[in-house]
Amino acid sequence: MATDIPRIVTSRFGVEGSHTLAVFEQTGGYAALRKALATTPAAIGDEVKKASVLGRGGAGFPTGVKWTFCPPDVWPRYLVVNGDESEPGTYKDRMLMELDPHQLIEGVLLACYAVGCGQAFLYVRGEMAIAQERIAVALNEAYAAGYVGKNILGTDFSVDVVLHWGAGAYIVGEETALIESLEGNRGMPRLKPPYFPAAKGLYLQPTIVNNVETLANLPWIVTNGADAYTALGAEASRGTRMFAVSGHVEKPGVFEVEFGTTTFRDLIEGHAGGVRGGRALKAFIPGGASAPWFFEEHLDIPLEKATVDKAGSMLGSGAVVVMDETTDVVKACLSVVRFFAHESCGKCTPCREGTTWLERILSRIVGGYGRPSDLALLMDVCDNISPGIAWPPKQTTICPLGPSAVSPISSAVTRFRDEFDAYIDRAVRQRQSVQPVEFRKVVAHG
Amino acid sequence: MARLDADRLVLAREIIARYPRPKSALIPLLHLAQEQDGFVTEEAMAHIADLVGVSAAEVLGTCTFYEMFKLEPVGTYLVNVCTNISCMLVGGDELLHHAESSLGVKVGDTTPDGLFTLEGAECLAACTEAPCLQVNYRYEYRVSNEGFDSLVDDLRDGRRPDVPSHGKLGGVRQHIPDDRRAGPVSPDDVRPPVWHAAPEEGSA
Repeated sequence: MATDIPRIVTSRFGVEGSHTLAVFEQTGGYAALRKALATTPAAIGDEVKKASVLGRGGAGFPTGVKWTFCPPDVWPRYLVVNGDESEPGTYKDRMLMELDPHQLIEGVLLACYAVGCGQAFLYVRGEMAIAQERIAVALNEAYAAGYVGKNILGTDFSVDVVLHWGAGAYIVGEETALIESLEGNRGMPRLKPPYFPAAKGLYLQPTIVNNVETLANLPWIVTNGADAYTALGAEASRGTRMFAVSGHVEKPGVFEVEFGTTTFRDLIEGHAGGVRGGRALKAFIPGGASAPWFFEEHLDIPLEKATVDKAGSMLGSGAVVVMDETTDVVKACLSVVRFFAHESCGKCTPCREGTTWLERILSRIVGGYGRPSDLALLMDVCDNISPGIAWPPKQTTICPLGPSAVSPISSAVTRFRDEFDAYIDRAVRQRQSVQPVEFRKVVAHG
Repeated sequence: MARLDADRLVLAREIIARYPRPKSALIPLLHLAQEQDGFVTEEAMAHIADLVGVSAAEVLGTCTFYEMFKLEPVGTYLVNVCTNISCMLVGGDELLHHAESSLGVKVGDTTPDGLFTLEGAECLAACTEAPCLQVNYRYEYRVSNEGFDSLVDDLRDGRRPDVPSHGKLGGVRQHIPDDRRAGPVSPDDVRPPVWHAAPEEGSA
């Protein structure tokens, strides 16, 4: 476990007043912007492409490549910052927004400059009152100091960065739903194709949607160069990455580690101090609630996108949730499924109905009313939402929310079928021991 | 008073002017309405509809999609206890049950004195600080049952000035000074930005 890794996005964490312009400037802030403005937008775009920054929101698409999907000669272009962090287990973007908002703003400006975006919208999750306030203060400071707005640092470069905030809806983290929300509509994902808002996004114009952590990487890349960035990490996963380790560990926390080389074991046993109380590991979620679960045999897999994909799950949004041997997996499963049922936007039938069915079946199992046929029914509903229950999941829906609810069930039922059976057997025995109630004949009114 | 008041109307117009299309300001304006009245009233929605140029039904349509908007009064303090996976693993459900018995209400209900409304919440992005909760969207980390009770006492006795009443937004808002404004970019403005079209002076 390497310890001499530079902190690319969290370098100011722990510094007093890290969210203020004064501290940001004292620690190299806005130097990357000055450097960028002295060169061409194309040069910045090339540098980011060369650094092969994978998007940190969940899908892990290379940022520099995404930027090139804007059709040439179609203007205006917009930038939308996805700060709607709400994937269960994920805690990093809020930290970046609260503790280093200027770093994010500088990243936004670099992206706008490289892509040619005429205006940027910084969409922050509604529930994050402190992050919204910190960004408002930072933007006000940055406007006054000439870093944002008209003729930035005395150049032709002009762009407004507008703080926008949501009002509570997980689905808005899906980029086309985010755009719908930003247009003032219900946050429902748009039908694909086009697959990328870079073709048609906000107001049907080319739009780049980037995650907060992704953009927070850009100032370091512009300052230190793509080569320094790709010197870190392995395979397709370069630089560093933030991971939140929560659940049953001694020291839950958010850690910036080398991407691609650090293993789950380093993260869980090293950084997070191991499973609490020296207990055995039962399972862990490697990349947010949507990801299929991993087990002890997966601990030595590196935090590398392609490797984790191949092993049957995903790094998603950098959320590692650890469950020790005392965990009731049936309840854990219900907790995750309930979330998806609650957050389904209702646009596609398999998701709207399917997730609700899944929640209902799991609820009755946990509640002591399970039926012997319930596991088969559970898997059948899963198969209807995501045919074949494979990984990567097949979709019958416009967005991946529905199939995401299938992941924890297929993981848990495959591995811990006996625990589900135990709930159901208990319920069946209980019912058999109860004397049937004698109903009186009801005479209908006629 | 349910239409936006004079100060908020000025602010609302400023917010609308930031966007290429007025309807984009809808959610921020609904927040302003909720801040003023503690919930979103029908009159406020009609007023917002006028301001952004859509029907009141469209405003209602957007409003009802988002969980933070309340169409009926809630308590002064909206308590959201997270029960999602990271919190659930370390006692989120038990904390919510304790909150129910401590406040004497069921999830979704408001205490008779109108002070507290209790809700279960989905992941609040404080997973390493579980179990967590929010009061009017201000965080409390690693909350024990005793911690919950003393929080409630503090709120009741006015010892938590950092937690504003329901609907209140941050103390500082974005303000774009006129002389620094680049201006919204209309989707109909099909020219490439001047700074992007030609290489900057002194480029490498």
